Amino acid sequence: MACFLVPAAEAVVTTIITKIIKAKEKEEKVKISFSDGIVEETTKIKFSTKLGWLNKLLWGGSALLAFEHIWHGEVVPFFPFLTAVKNGETADMLAEMESAGVTMAVLVTAIWVCMLIVSNIIEKRALREVKLTKEAL
Amino acid sequence: MTLLITLFAAIICTVIWYAGAYKSNMKVGVLCWLYWGASIMWFVDAIFEYAEIKAEFFNPAPLDMLNDAYLGLSVVALGMLIWLIIVLISDPKGVIKEVLFKKTSKTKITSEN
Repeated sequence: MACFLVPAAEAVVTTIITKIIKAKEKEEKVKISFSDGIVEETTKIKFSTKLGWLNKLLWGGSALLAFEHIWHGEVVPFFPFLTAVKNGETADMLAEMESAGVTMAVLVTAIWVCMLIVSNIIEKRALREVKLTKEAL
Repeated sequence: MTLLITLFAAIICTVIWYAGAYKSNMKVGVLCWLYWGASIMWFVDAIFEYAEIKAEFFNPAPLDMLNDAYLGLSVVALGMLIWLIIVLISDPKGVIKEVLFKKTSKTKITSEN
C-alpha cells in the first residue's frame, strides 16, 4: 500500500544527519598494507561516507519500491496520491506501514550495521598487519 | 519473481564492481546500492506474503508470475536508467564536457598566468 514511505522517511533523516556530520568531520590518515604487501598512507573512511551507504540503500530501495507501487496502482499522480487513502483504507495502510514498512527499515539498517562491523574488522586487521610489518623490520 | 530478478541484478552488479569496476569512475556502485536496497525491501515483502498465504507463496499462477517478471525487468531497466542519468550528469570521463565545448586551442594554465 505505502510501505516504502517508512524507509524513505528514514532516508530523509539519515541524509540530513550525513550532511551535518560531513561538515564537522576531519580527515584521518592511516597506513594500510594492501594484498600485494605494499604499505601505503591512505585516508580512513569517514563515518559520513559509511552513513552514505545506508542513504544509498534506503533511497535506492524506496525509489524502486515506489515504482512497484505505481505499477500496481497504489500510488497515483494526483491528490491524495495514495489509493488506500482515497478508498478509505487509511487504517489498513498505516497498519501495513507499521508492520512491513518498519521491518524493511529495520532490516536495511541492521544490514548496514553488519557492514559497519565487517568494515571495522577489515580496517583493524589492516592496521595490525602494518604494525606487525614494522615490528618485524 | 520481482525479488528474484532484482536479486540477480544486484549479484551481477556486485560481481562486476568487485571484478574491477570499483577502480573505474563509471559509478557501478550506484547500481549495487539501488538493487540491494530494493532486494532487501522485497525480501521483507515476501516474508509477510509467505506468513499470510503459506505454501501457496511458492505456487504462483502463471499469469501472476509473468506479470511479476515483467515488473522485475522494468525495475531493472529503471535502475539502469537512474544510473545512466547519474553517470551523464556527473560526467566522470568528461565526454559530455568535450562534446559541449569543442577544443579550439591548447593553453596550459600555470600559476604565473
